[in-house]
Amino acid sequence: MADTILVVVEQREGKLNRVSWETITGAQAIAAETGWTLEAAVVGSSVGDIAKEIAATKVSKVYDLESAKLEPYTPDGFVAALKPFIEQKQPKLVLMPHTYQVRDFAPKLAAALNRTLISDAVGYKYEGGNLRFTRQMFQGKFAADVSFVGDPPYFATFQNGAFRGDQVAHGDAAAPVETVNLDVADGVVRNKPEAPFKEAKQAVDLTQAAIIVAVGRGIKEQKNIELAQQLAEVLGGEIAASRPICDSGWLPMDRQVGSSGQTVAPKLYLALGISGAIQHVVGMKGARTIIAVNKDAEAPIFEIADVAVVGNLFDIVPPLIEEVKKTKGA
Amino acid sequence: MKILVCMKQVPQKDAPLKLNEGGTWIREDISYEVNEPDAYALEEALRQREKHGGEVVVITSGPPRAQQVLREALAKGADRAIHLEGDGFVTLDAFNTAKAFAAAIKDESFDLIFTGLQSDDYGFAQTGVILAELLGWPHATIIMQIEKSDSGIRVKRELEAGFFQFVDMPLPALLTIQSGINKLRYATLIGIKQAKNKPLKKVSFDEVKLALGENLQRIEKLYIPQKTKKTEVLQGPPGEIAKKLVDKLRNELRVI
Repeated sequence: MADTILVVVEQREGKLNRVSWETITGAQAIAAETGWTLEAAVVGSSVGDIAKEIAATKVSKVYDLESAKLEPYTPDGFVAALKPFIEQKQPKLVLMPHTYQVRDFAPKLAAALNRTLISDAVGYKYEGGNLRFTRQMFQGKFAADVSFVGDPPYFATFQNGAFRGDQVAHGDAAAPVETVNLDVADGVVRNKPEAPFKEAKQAVDLTQAAIIVAVGRGIKEQKNIELAQQLAEVLGGEIAASRPICDSGWLPMDRQVGSSGQTVAPKLYLALGISGAIQHVVGMKGARTIIAVNKDAEAPIFEIADVAVVGNLFDIVPPLIEEVKKTKGA
Repeated sequence: MKILVCMKQVPQKDAPLKLNEGGTWIREDISYEVNEPDAYALEEALRQREKHGGEVVVITSGPPRAQQVLREALAKGADRAIHLEGDGFVTLDAFNTAKAFAAAIKDESFDLIFTGLQSDDYGFAQTGVILAELLGWPHATIIMQIEKSDSGIRVKRELEAGFFQFVDMPLPALLTIQSGINKLRYATLIGIKQAKNKPLKKVSFDEVKLALGENLQRIEKLYIPQKTKKTEVLQGPPGEIAKKLVDKLRNELRVI
């Protein structure tokens, strides 16, 4: 049997998570290089429409794995559905997006099959018949090329933004969809989830901001937030922060940018005292221009910055506010 | 409730990291600290014990230096500690680390196991979930609130984009804890004194070796990430940098 890549796309409450397009783009690139067959699967209850949506992309086949016990999502349910399916199909490689949902069940799925998962990969390398995945380590300060040991199936997840979802290739004709009705036994699903909700009405929509001034741990104290606030005001932008700042209550949670906060793509992202941890970077790397001020020349934020200022933000920001005022006033 | 907290020692946030000669790992002559989400996991366990009674046990794996994490946890109020001590634990993948923990606690009976949601070094975000699978327990990840219920616990999961979700679960269960779930406490002087007399059990690599398998993933090479962007570095006195930045904002980016 030919080697197969299986992409498990993500659906939540019956809607396709768009990050799945990125995973398919990555899988298509690997399939082109390796010559492996590419298939996709969607897991849920009455998710046939999503299977059809996926079938429009350049894949050989789409599986619609159905059971009433798969809605709402639970890790027990998804593993009970995918484990026998993967055991039977024996794909060489199983790819998924590195979302909160996948983080919740994929390690369990791989372990249940006595296999390993390379999580949060940002790319891959295929050299001399060896497939390796690149992942970030030490909060993005280093990268590592990681290979699988032992027998397939191999599992890997791709970080948000690792591939371009808008570059997904479409097929000449729709791929065949096979519906597989699964039998998830009673008592397998132990968690009882309630409907998702938002804590408070989000007062700020950072996704619409053209300019964002964001602060990280380098701001040191709550009272220093005021300085960044002033800069945001003179620039006509919004203030935002990395997670630790919001955890400390220095800025409200709806100002948080990153995997647990908002994902933004402003014209200008001015990062003040932000080290550039992965969880933050995934929320802002789409900004058109990133200016970073950090006193640590090794800070990972400089890897993605267009303009780097290695220095103390408390020295740089006050004259910057004055210069902006002068220029705008002129 | 009897709660186990899995903790890890990681390089300090601003420690200058250097590659070793072989480019396989970092040079270890740096400062270490507790992995931040694990500190929140410990705090949550202490709070649960204060509410419901019981015991808080902390566990870590790593070389002798990692004992510091356990000492601090005992000083903050944990009742006892387990140290899987040895250099061999450092290079284990998430699956093997979970196997080592499962082997070390096989004679214990916990109601809850907490881990941080991920570590600042490897960043697998997997060890807790795999440990739950090995124990046959239900789990929930990225938890922001825990309440006892009649049938077990009710937890608040963080989802993406500002969404949350409550989940009812039976016990025993494993939870991975998100940073910010609570406010961390400091160790008191009395706590630090008392910690010296609290039990700290050591488990050697040989004692759990039989439970481990081959690492199923291997780091071939560790390196400084290649830049994908051309970065312009601005230098000079602050006043000059400010002028250059404003010139850029006005004439290149045209945002002011």
